[in-house]
Amino acid sequence: MYKDILVFFHDPLSVFFIFVILLISLPSAVYSIGYLKEEYSRKKIFLAWILLISFVISMLLVVTARNILAFLIFWEIMSLVSYLLVVFDTNHEKSIQAGMIYIVMTHIGTAFLIAAFMMMYKYAGSFDFLIIKNACLCMPLQTKNIIFLLLLIGFGTKAGIVPLHIWLPYAHPQAPSHISSIMSGVMIKTAIYGIIRFVMFILGVNSPWWGALVLVLAVISCLAGVIYALMEHDIKKLLAYHSVENIGIILLGVGLSMLFQSLNMPYLAVFSLIAGLYHLINHAIFKGLLFLCAGSVYKATGTRDIEKLGGLIKKMPQTAFCFLLGAMAISALPPLNGFVSEWLTLQAFFLGTSHAVGGLKLFLGVCASMLALTSGLAAACFVKAFGITFLAEPRSRYAEEAREVSLSMKTGMLFLSALTIVFGLAAVKVMNLLAKVAGGATGLDISNMSFSLNDFTLSPKAGNSVYLSVPWLALALGVLGITGFAVYKLFGRRKVAIYNTWDCGYYKLSPRNEYTATAFSKPFRIAFSFFLQPYRKTQKIRESFYHVKSFNYETHTTLVFKKYIYDPLLILIFKSAKSMRRLQPGSIHLYLGYIFVTLLLLIIFLGKF
Amino acid sequence: MKIMIIILQLAIFVIVAPLLSGVITKIKNNLRMRKGQGILQPYYNLAKLCSKEEVISKTTSWIFTVAPFVLFASVLAAAALIPVFIFVSPAHIFGDFLALVFIFSLGRFFLALSALDAGSSFGGMGSSREMFISSLAEPTFCLVALSVSLQFGTTDISAFSGIHTVSVASVVGAAALFLVTIAETARIPVDNQETHLELTMVHEAMVLEYSGRSLALIEMSAYIKQMILFYLIAQIVFPISSLCFVNMTQITFWFLWYLARIAIVAIAVALLEVSVAKMRLFRVADFLGFAFVLGIVALVCAMLGV
Repeated sequence: MYKDILVFFHDPLSVFFIFVILLISLPSAVYSIGYLKEEYSRKKIFLAWILLISFVISMLLVVTARNILAFLIFWEIMSLVSYLLVVFDTNHEKSIQAGMIYIVMTHIGTAFLIAAFMMMYKYAGSFDFLIIKNACLCMPLQTKNIIFLLLLIGFGTKAGIVPLHIWLPYAHPQAPSHISSIMSGVMIKTAIYGIIRFVMFILGVNSPWWGALVLVLAVISCLAGVIYALMEHDIKKLLAYHSVENIGIILLGVGLSMLFQSLNMPYLAVFSLIAGLYHLINHAIFKGLLFLCAGSVYKATGTRDIEKLGGLIKKMPQTAFCFLLGAMAISALPPLNGFVSEWLTLQAFFLGTSHAVGGLKLFLGVCASMLALTSGLAAACFVKAFGITFLAEPRSRYAEEAREVSLSMKTGMLFLSALTIVFGLAAVKVMNLLAKVAGGATGLDISNMSFSLNDFTLSPKAGNSVYLSVPWLALALGVLGITGFAVYKLFGRRKVAIYNTWDCGYYKLSPRNEYTATAFSKPFRIAFSFFLQPYRKTQKIRESFYHVKSFNYETHTTLVFKKYIYDPLLILIFKSAKSMRRLQPGSIHLYLGYIFVTLLLLIIFLGKF
Repeated sequence: MKIMIIILQLAIFVIVAPLLSGVITKIKNNLRMRKGQGILQPYYNLAKLCSKEEVISKTTSWIFTVAPFVLFASVLAAAALIPVFIFVSPAHIFGDFLALVFIFSLGRFFLALSALDAGSSFGGMGSSREMFISSLAEPTFCLVALSVSLQFGTTDISAFSGIHTVSVASVVGAAALFLVTIAETARIPVDNQETHLELTMVHEAMVLEYSGRSLALIEMSAYIKQMILFYLIAQIVFPISSLCFVNMTQITFWFLWYLARIAIVAIAVALLEVSVAKMRLFRVADFLGFAFVLGIVALVCAMLGV
């Protein structure tokens, strides 16, 4: 029996995910050497290593399992180990709460998965992926639809699709930073693996509305994620919200691929999936990097609140440089990796728009523009995150006393920053490799599809003369920048006076005069007030009736999904639990009565069949 | 050959771009019944800045020093993407219309960071507002790119220079792009280049700490970016097939027409600037919302093939 369960895949899709997992886990592990030191006791460090290793192994098993039972077991191990890592800082009250939300949500997701898997098993009579895949060919459409929805909710919970993202901004920041980087960079990607493996590979896409639904959810995730991130001033929470956004971008590619597959456009299906997978690996790299940098900032200053930071670029130059590269990559700036995958996704949308018919054109066009909005807002958010954290003068004692982190931490960060450049410049190589993965996952023949002009130039859909050459672009930017510098020098030696910042003659400019993150995000708070529903709390603190000693002013935003979906749901659950309590008054006679009635019912039930 | 064309093209952008701002200012001044500065004033300003001493804040880091060069490089890279002399844009291998959006945002990102670097509230204010406006302008830019490109089935910018006819979709798209341009080039009613009033300035607040040659580079970049955007609008509304080198008269004629088209857009901008008042910052969201709707209309028109 166990021989059937322990069978493993090694097709391109699984190998790709193994690669991604190891690519992020290794630098994170190196980073953790320095990060854990002095922060925790020796026993705890030992525990952290065991948990880290089992976490990575469980993820590797999840993406290679070829049997539904094995998949579920590994999935559950992964969830439980990551729960333990979320509550690793047991002395923080927040960790326990975050862990609670996480474990509840992740199990709700798993429940949906089990339901879907049981339906699949009922049809196939086997737990093996390949047998199920064959059985799915003759499955009625109605059942397929239900299984798809169950899988989408199940995996969507893990991936953090809005409105199932609720756990993500609590759980990810609470874990130690190298774990946050693995959770955000890799763990949530296993859910994407699940969607690709089960929906695209096993179930097979045949209704266009599947892809459209994924696209709609993806757009909502992108926008909600980035808008929440703009409002967030806890640096790790901000990054966690960006994970919601980027999962949205990845799902745009996956959803498009599903849509094109059902519309029978093989080239576009493969191309969109490549865009999605490319963004997946890019997001793993830059989000892993950013979490590591955030961890370094936390370790050096002891705070995650960016309002208290500032000026760190002088105290921690390497960390600042790595964070800048990560921020540029996530804001899709050329010539880094995020730019390539967002361009590919936009290009997939464009190709879709030009080949689709009717209302679909408009739908795809609007989705594409929402992606552009997302990347604009993400750039704004990272100007805020980098600018407030690293630039200007320190805003508090924490930031003043910061020091550059240890060598092992720097190694982890520098490795990942180098990857943001490599995956930008080597776009063609990466894309051709991903084409194999996408071809395998969709079951389409890719042998006569071309994605590049030569080794440096991407070219989707040969013949429509659209090119993107990241190395050339990088070279051009470099040469032009140097030209600018040369022109600058042309006018003789530069005369520079170092002086105070312009202060309108105030002469007492202090860090208190600096712009804050709250102020930075104010225009966005007002423009998106319909979604954020900001409110203020003001309070006068009086010494006496006549004298107001101080004035408290707070501004908050409403978490609409929590307020309108989860809070009512919780209230409902508690209410029903309360009314259930009447069944348990504590009388042993009544309980005996229950047992008797149950027995009677069971006998009647058995007699019926 | 290609490199020569690129260099020639960039040189033209660098030489002509400041003139455009001078022309706009001149028209504005004349419409307001003022004498105003000469149209060459931007050149004098640049020359003055180049010879001036630079004052750099103590608070700043290397970001502040690097930002002008990154901005300059990104804007010039964008300029290289535009097809000016021949049908095919000389640097079309670098990227397409969609890449243009990202190349612009590279320079803007660094400029916004440099504004936060000095630690004054002016810079922060400018940086925050600039990112606010540009992020709202980005979806419209993308929609215009889509709806214009949809008519040729490719997002290659060179396809532009092959246009011979004007469709409804192009005109509506150009209108949307015009509004985006107003926002991106810091023009009334979104921003005001002439003011130095804290409450209203956006772009000027962002570059407040810069002086001397760095400021000259930033100003130059702003001029070139403005010219690129004007060129895109002009090419959509007044399409001409670009020049194939035949004889000298053709080249001269073409060059004049090329400049004239851009001048027409510049006149439109100047007229708009004198006829409306600057709007409150938070109404910019509505303004760009309108541009977005125009973009959608353009997409629908392109979809219907009109």
